[in-house]
Amino acid sequence: MAEAGSVADASDLRPAGAEIEEEKRRDAVSGEPPFKQPRRRDGGLRAALRDALFAALVAAVLGFFFLGLRTEIGPGGLVLSTRWGLFATAVAIVFAGRLLLRLFVFRDARPRTVTAAAPGWAAALTALGRLLGPGLLVLALAFPFLILWLFPQRDRQYLDLAILILTYVMLGWGLNIVVGLAGLLDLGYVAFYAVGAYSFALIAQNFGLGFWLCLPLAGLLAACWGLILGFPVLRLRGDYLAIVTLAFGEIIRIILLNWYDFTGGPNGISGIPKPTFLGMDFSRGEDGVAAFLGIPYDSIHRFVYLYYIILGLALLTNFVTLRLRRLPIGRAWEALREDEIACRSLGINTTNTKLTAFATGAMFGGIAGSFFATRQGFISPESFTFLESAIILAIVVLGGLGSQIGVVIASVVMIGGIELLRNLGFLRDIFGPGFDPTQYRMLIFGLAMVVIMVWKPRGLISSREPSAVLKERKLIGADMVAQGEGH
Amino acid sequence: MESARPRWDLDPVLTVEHLMMRFGGLVAVNDLSFNVGRGDITALIGPNGAGKTTVFNCVTGFYKPTSGRIVMRHGEKVGTGLIEDLTRSGRQYLARDGHAAFLLERMPDYGIAHHARVARTFQNIRLFGGMTALENLLVAQHNKLMLASGYTIAGVLMLPGYRRAKQEAIDKAVYWLERVDLIERADDPAGDLPYGAQRRLEIARAMCADPHLLCLDEPAAGLNPRESAELNELLQFIRAEHGVSVLLIEHDMGVVMEISDHVIVLDYGVKISDGPADFVRNDPKVIAAYLGVEDEEVELVESALETREAGI
Repeated sequence: MAEAGSVADASDLRPAGAEIEEEKRRDAVSGEPPFKQPRRRDGGLRAALRDALFAALVAAVLGFFFLGLRTEIGPGGLVLSTRWGLFATAVAIVFAGRLLLRLFVFRDARPRTVTAAAPGWAAALTALGRLLGPGLLVLALAFPFLILWLFPQRDRQYLDLAILILTYVMLGWGLNIVVGLAGLLDLGYVAFYAVGAYSFALIAQNFGLGFWLCLPLAGLLAACWGLILGFPVLRLRGDYLAIVTLAFGEIIRIILLNWYDFTGGPNGISGIPKPTFLGMDFSRGEDGVAAFLGIPYDSIHRFVYLYYIILGLALLTNFVTLRLRRLPIGRAWEALREDEIACRSLGINTTNTKLTAFATGAMFGGIAGSFFATRQGFISPESFTFLESAIILAIVVLGGLGSQIGVVIASVVMIGGIELLRNLGFLRDIFGPGFDPTQYRMLIFGLAMVVIMVWKPRGLISSREPSAVLKERKLIGADMVAQGEGH
Repeated sequence: MESARPRWDLDPVLTVEHLMMRFGGLVAVNDLSFNVGRGDITALIGPNGAGKTTVFNCVTGFYKPTSGRIVMRHGEKVGTGLIEDLTRSGRQYLARDGHAAFLLERMPDYGIAHHARVARTFQNIRLFGGMTALENLLVAQHNKLMLASGYTIAGVLMLPGYRRAKQEAIDKAVYWLERVDLIERADDPAGDLPYGAQRRLEIARAMCADPHLLCLDEPAAGLNPRESAELNELLQFIRAEHGVSVLLIEHDMGVVMEISDHVIVLDYGVKISDGPADFVRNDPKVIAAYLGVEDEEVELVESALETREAGI
């Protein structure tokens, strides 16, 4: 009490403003959190601009010496040259990047205030999402004609790219059965692609069978290899499963490389027959397709045909996958991904279920492989490296495990993106004549992947659509869905 | 008790004989024998670590017992001749004259669920969290649907036989969703449901597998008193309407004493008491086991006794 009294006395002796100061200090210490609260939520643009300007300033200060100035060995000692174009570009990129980050990414960390009259754009977006699939299908069907009409000079290049993308779409859909639905991480998917390609090439060479007869055979053979891989990995979980499948992919490649008498070793197999149309070749002669249809011969016809073949095969894969998802076997795959023990307690033979998943996925991989062989006309083990497996898996993961449309988007972005980065000639105008964009291709590409995975950790389309609906179809958020083994 | 043998000895659905389960040097279950009566609700109780879940895992095939015989019977009063023939034959199951017997220790876990029709739930709920409640119940009917879909071939072509089977499966799922009061949440992911609802859904899922014997591992764990009472009703409904025998592990003595026809008490892997609920709770060995091990359990038993006596 005495002390309290003395404090009161002391406060009396203080100058007039001291008490107010003291109060302010106390408030600052106790009431408010030590960090500064954002003052206004809606005034984000101004704050973002200020923030971006500051970042650009930092970049300018740092970049001035690193980018803006350059010393070169010239006649009579060092010569100082300037690179203002590069400097300005770097600062501008930092400014724009920081601004975009502030406006679209960092904002999500704070709760967003939504008023009672919420805008209807979310509903519009879902409606748009529903139209995405059919829209893409129509685009895919009309694509060759669009290309022939719009880019008559470069039609072959674009069609080739489209065929490549569709091949990866098909591979992605095939792998999606194993990884996305059954939840079994397969790092050696390219093995089935290789089995399919070599099956077709060897059967065609040794027995003279055509593409359409070999296609199902190649699929069956690849499915058999799926079973062969399936048996040893049935008991494995997690990382071990991934490692064994990885090893399987390498084993197949090394066998193809070393079994010289059978596969031709590193020389590969050439002269693989092209697909025929009702038994007719796409040749200039009298018995060619062009003559049959009565249209002038053009070498592009063969590419249009190839395009429609792979489109048909990819759509078949999609159709079968979507059907299987709604059947007991597909539901069992997904249940297996969710909880294997519960599956067994319900009488599901998990061994058979896993094997069917491996075999089905492998079959589509094999069919895609035999298409690859007929398109290239030449195959060698170099086409079936681990990088291919990684790209296919990246497509599936990036698109969102189990999502069909996600695989399409990811294929277009990844395969199309890699090819697009080949012709970035305009960057040379910015970074100087010594800049070769193709060298930075993989860097830019890797950066893009990192960005996507930070932004959408479970892939572009991560929600799961239920396979059976009673009243209302509700999408299931990614946080509910298990990822299965090896993730 | 002396004059007439109890019902579970006269017509058992499940017989466990001399079951032994050893993990390395640890004997989790030692020479355990008991019967589960047809149409009974049988409770398996005991202090923590007594080996109850191990017994469950042996019965449902998740563990392979070190030794012993576990017989599951389909049909009323299956003769011993059939079972002896089966044991000698080395087969997993044998059917004769509308009766069937299964030796569960010889069967794989999925075979036990599929052929012997023993369904189970888990202590820590194992639903398919990313699938809807409806899908969970459809997965439980996998084998039937698989057959109807002609091992997928007829299903891909959407033949009418498969469509009919699929509709039947959905009807059955709807029936059980209504039973467990989850019909409103049929299209919600199972992982989104509250805890009590997940427990009910797991029981519904097990029932969709058409079991003859339903094994429930602590179905009342984590439920509030009202949910516990609803669980009692559900189990009695299952027994009365569907003729399914129920074997349950439970710590909630309220549930055990109220609905069980037959109680088996385990301690350290050994059976210490076996009989009707009234008999077991007055058995000095049971009281000693609970008193000697855990205060909490003792309180549970005592409170259960008090409530029962107050009720009488």
